[in-house]
Amino acid sequence: MRSGLIAQKVGMTRVFTDEGEHVPVTVLKIDNCQVVALRTEETDGYTAVQLGVGTAKVKNVTKPMRGHYAKAKVEPKRKLAEFRVSPEALLEVGAELTAAHFVAGQFVDVTGTSIGKGFAGGMKRWNFGGLRATHGVSVSHRSLGSTGNRQDPGKTFKNKKMAGHLGAERVTTLNLKVVQVDSDQGLIVLKGAVPGAEGGYVLIRDAVKRKAPADLPFPAGLRAAGSATVSQETAP
Amino acid sequence: MNLLQKFNQAQVDKLTANTTIPEFSPGDTVKVNVKVIEGTRERVQAYEGVCIARKNAGLNSSFTVRKISYGEGVERVFPLYSPRIDSIELVRKGEVRRAKLYYLRELRGKSARIVERTTGRGMKRDAS
Repeated sequence: MRSGLIAQKVGMTRVFTDEGEHVPVTVLKIDNCQVVALRTEETDGYTAVQLGVGTAKVKNVTKPMRGHYAKAKVEPKRKLAEFRVSPEALLEVGAELTAAHFVAGQFVDVTGTSIGKGFAGGMKRWNFGGLRATHGVSVSHRSLGSTGNRQDPGKTFKNKKMAGHLGAERVTTLNLKVVQVDSDQGLIVLKGAVPGAEGGYVLIRDAVKRKAPADLPFPAGLRAAGSATVSQETAP
Repeated sequence: MNLLQKFNQAQVDKLTANTTIPEFSPGDTVKVNVKVIEGTRERVQAYEGVCIARKNAGLNSSFTVRKISYGEGVERVFPLYSPRIDSIELVRKGEVRRAKLYYLRELRGKSARIVERTTGRGMKRDAS
């Protein structure tokens, strides 16, 4: 199992293919993504890589975290995340991953924090139908309706869908196709929408439910010393 | 320009590299040569009518062309930078006082005519 990448959501746009089809896409940016720490079987009981992305001002980083970054000899990062990997896919601390970690045409899963909607009613949160517009309905056009039975069972069952907080939760979108990869600019272009607001950080991983193509860089798409970059494109 | 605008601009540059889009505005009669696929064969089909609206939004720019086909009004919205558009020809410039000519939808025949524009923007350059 390979590591994933942390990316920043730039926004959505469209791409015209050579056949003239138009594809709605999300553009993601990989900015300075480095390995900050490792989790190994001996010390932690599992294997994983901790990646960091972006740059944080040193004055805004706490002293313990400064020590953590100093140990890895990397600049302070804006966002840290762990990716579980198989032992043979472990990377070196300080190695930089590029957008070329993924190849155009493959499928990925993207995890992010969805946009918060605040306290939302049943119609918005659970797609309830609401009550009628006329025929004697007063004040309660968008209400839930009934929440249960009568004296038997005499209670509203747990997990009944009701009004409450909506959004701002961890959401994973499965099987998004990679349309383009531009490692010069650190851009990954995916077909379809990705959870979260523009500017938010998302985690990209190889799709769990699709077969990975054979030409994926293993253990990771690392920036070479000569910093050779690849640009690829396929029809989605 | 932010990153997304740059990304879109790069695409516009790529799509317009081999074609030139004539300057046209609402009221002008244009002929749009559209690539259509019939089975396995690809051919070019012309769609001629009055441009009644333009949307200027970078890569997402589009324009609406209206014509009367067999007595029935037909409107088509084309993405300006679509690769499915072979070429756009400007047939005739029209004199109009609005950016969106949606009022043409209610008009038929004589009242739906647009007077040809012979002066104004873009004309002097043609004469010289």
